[in-house]
Amino acid sequence: MTVILGQTFTGISIGAVLLLIALGLSLTFGQMNVINMAHGEFIMAGAYTTYVLQKSISSAGLSLLVALPVAFLVAGALGALLEWVLIRRLYLRPLDTLLVTWGVSLMLQQAARDIFGAPNVQTRAPDLLTGNITVIGGDDPLTFANSRLFILGLAITAVVALSLTLRLTPLGRRIRGVVQIRDLAEVSGISTSRVDRTAFFLGSGLAGVAGVALTLVGPIGPTMGTNIIIDAFLVIVVGGIGQLKGTVIVAFVLGVLQSVLEYSTTVSVAKVLVLVAIVAFLQWRPQGLYTLRTRSLV
Amino acid sequence: MAGAAALTAVVVLSACGAKTDAAGGSSDAAAKADTSGDTVKVGLLNSLSGTMAISEVTVRDSLKLAIDEINASGGVLGKKVKPISEDGASDWPTFAEKANKLIKEDRVAATFGCWTSASRKAVKPVFEKNKSLLFYPVQYEGLEESPYIFYTGATTNQQIVPALDYLKSQGKKSIYLVGSDYVFPRTANKIIRAYAKANGMKVLGEDYAPLGSTEFSTIANKVKASKADAVFNTLNGDSNVAFFKEYKSAGLTAKSMPVVSVSIAEEEVKSIGSQYLAGQLTAWNYYQTTAGEANTKFVKAYKAKYGQDKPTSDPMEAAYTSVYLWKAMVEKAKSFDPEKVKAASDGITFDAPEGEVTVDGASQHIYKTARIGKIGTDGLIEQVWDSGKAIKPDPYLKGYSWASGLS
Repeated sequence: MTVILGQTFTGISIGAVLLLIALGLSLTFGQMNVINMAHGEFIMAGAYTTYVLQKSISSAGLSLLVALPVAFLVAGALGALLEWVLIRRLYLRPLDTLLVTWGVSLMLQQAARDIFGAPNVQTRAPDLLTGNITVIGGDDPLTFANSRLFILGLAITAVVALSLTLRLTPLGRRIRGVVQIRDLAEVSGISTSRVDRTAFFLGSGLAGVAGVALTLVGPIGPTMGTNIIIDAFLVIVVGGIGQLKGTVIVAFVLGVLQSVLEYSTTVSVAKVLVLVAIVAFLQWRPQGLYTLRTRSLV
Repeated sequence: MAGAAALTAVVVLSACGAKTDAAGGSSDAAAKADTSGDTVKVGLLNSLSGTMAISEVTVRDSLKLAIDEINASGGVLGKKVKPISEDGASDWPTFAEKANKLIKEDRVAATFGCWTSASRKAVKPVFEKNKSLLFYPVQYEGLEESPYIFYTGATTNQQIVPALDYLKSQGKKSIYLVGSDYVFPRTANKIIRAYAKANGMKVLGEDYAPLGSTEFSTIANKVKASKADAVFNTLNGDSNVAFFKEYKSAGLTAKSMPVVSVSIAEEEVKSIGSQYLAGQLTAWNYYQTTAGEANTKFVKAYKAKYGQDKPTSDPMEAAYTSVYLWKAMVEKAKSFDPEKVKAASDGITFDAPEGEVTVDGASQHIYKTARIGKIGTDGLIEQVWDSGKAIKPDPYLKGYSWASGLS
């Protein structure tokens, strides 16, 4: 029993990581239709921000807290810059964004290698996050890792914040307007180019936050983004493009599926089975779990 | 037209190469070391980027230290040694490509490096085809001999088997195997299973994660649920960071379930963080704390060159030793010719930081002392057991009846 509960928690925590890395992408790819291959490198930028801050702030807990907003701003600024320099010229050619941003991702990886060195680096987790809490005691205790709980909390906070922003704020309304009918939004007096850039800033900033979370799980390296980006795209595509709800559900479903299969088989077999399941699902529902049927985006 | 010119150039160049061969001696190798000037080039082939860089950069640094020392004391056969460093980038095809480049273009007299068995397997045919020498400094899964590779790290009977003997002597009756998904851990675990079967030990599970993987929560859960007495860890590179973070998060400790690692040395302990590793066990042939005058000198020289906070580790020591062994072989052979160097190798000894080592000419491995260590909170490893004397290398485990079915 504790094994099942423990494994379900593991699945949810894997889902939380997936959700965090896919969340920013749900805005830039899902809403704006830009295939941003450099999204993984924005995650990397967030992770390295944590690393740099930890060099100057000795308290691991404090540096982690400071890293969250700073990584958001750093990655967001990188994203806005990318949008301003390159992507705004390519909104009508979505496939070209793939090539251009892939080139940018390679350049960012090399930049990280030059700045921080090729070997991967690690950060210290605050003591509070290295332990675990016991949910069920006894001979066969059920424990939840604090770092995973923190990531789960972070993912939920980010989803709520993004969803409220899109639903309730003037900026959110403008983003939804631009995504639905760009021309009409433009003639209604919305500066579509400014909305594009702000949306890109938010999406990339969320990638930076994901990067901070990933420092709690594993090492930080120039190529960490490439390992992540595929998973993030899978979550968005299976969830249904433009659907925050789909992203959230699919992230957790894939997380749990992965962990259950991993427990009963091996890591590699589980990966294969998950991919087969995704392919089969997309045969059945090519448009993903949720599709844009109403005018509401969220 | 340009093509024809290029072809002519190639023909002329290869003719020149052939001439050097004829002048140089007996070898019929396609590429031959260039020893015409007052320097002799050697290749350093390590991953300076990617998931293995955490470990391999230190090996490169250590090789350079040995080369500097040798140059300072007059070089080899009166020639200064000039290292050509290449980055294998944690990518096995790249290793093969760079090995080819070192042999054919740089015309090195010998090459030092590689870490993962996958990279060694990738370069093995390149060195064999070109009849050039590779000195391989890392412990590995055994079951291999190549006429053009000198293995200066431990083979299984000098590391894994003693580690299992140690666990058995500590009363550990069941183990869980965790490793990276490639040739070394899979072969090592096959050997461990055979040992366990013959020694009444139970293997409760065997899990692999892709090299570079950072998601270990499920594996940690499985290990925890198995209630094994100990974990045998053959993970490589910085997967270990994620694994030990998860291990601690799952509430597992060195006391409740010790982990024996065969790929974590001082350098890795430093970057993983000793708070995750304190109390865990490692199996190696050398630690920074190993007693002896040669080691004091080595540690001092390394720290002077690369920084006081830089630890020394087993593969670094084996790499350092390998350069000196090559020097001794070349001097005994009075030639840089790989065939003559090989012929001179048997019985060469060197007072290495790990203690005296001797080359076994037949297997081209070396006699090494096995050591088990415990990781301390300061990041250093204290020896808790050693084999007392240097163990004869037995890469095919011919001396063990339980290993007869392995290949």
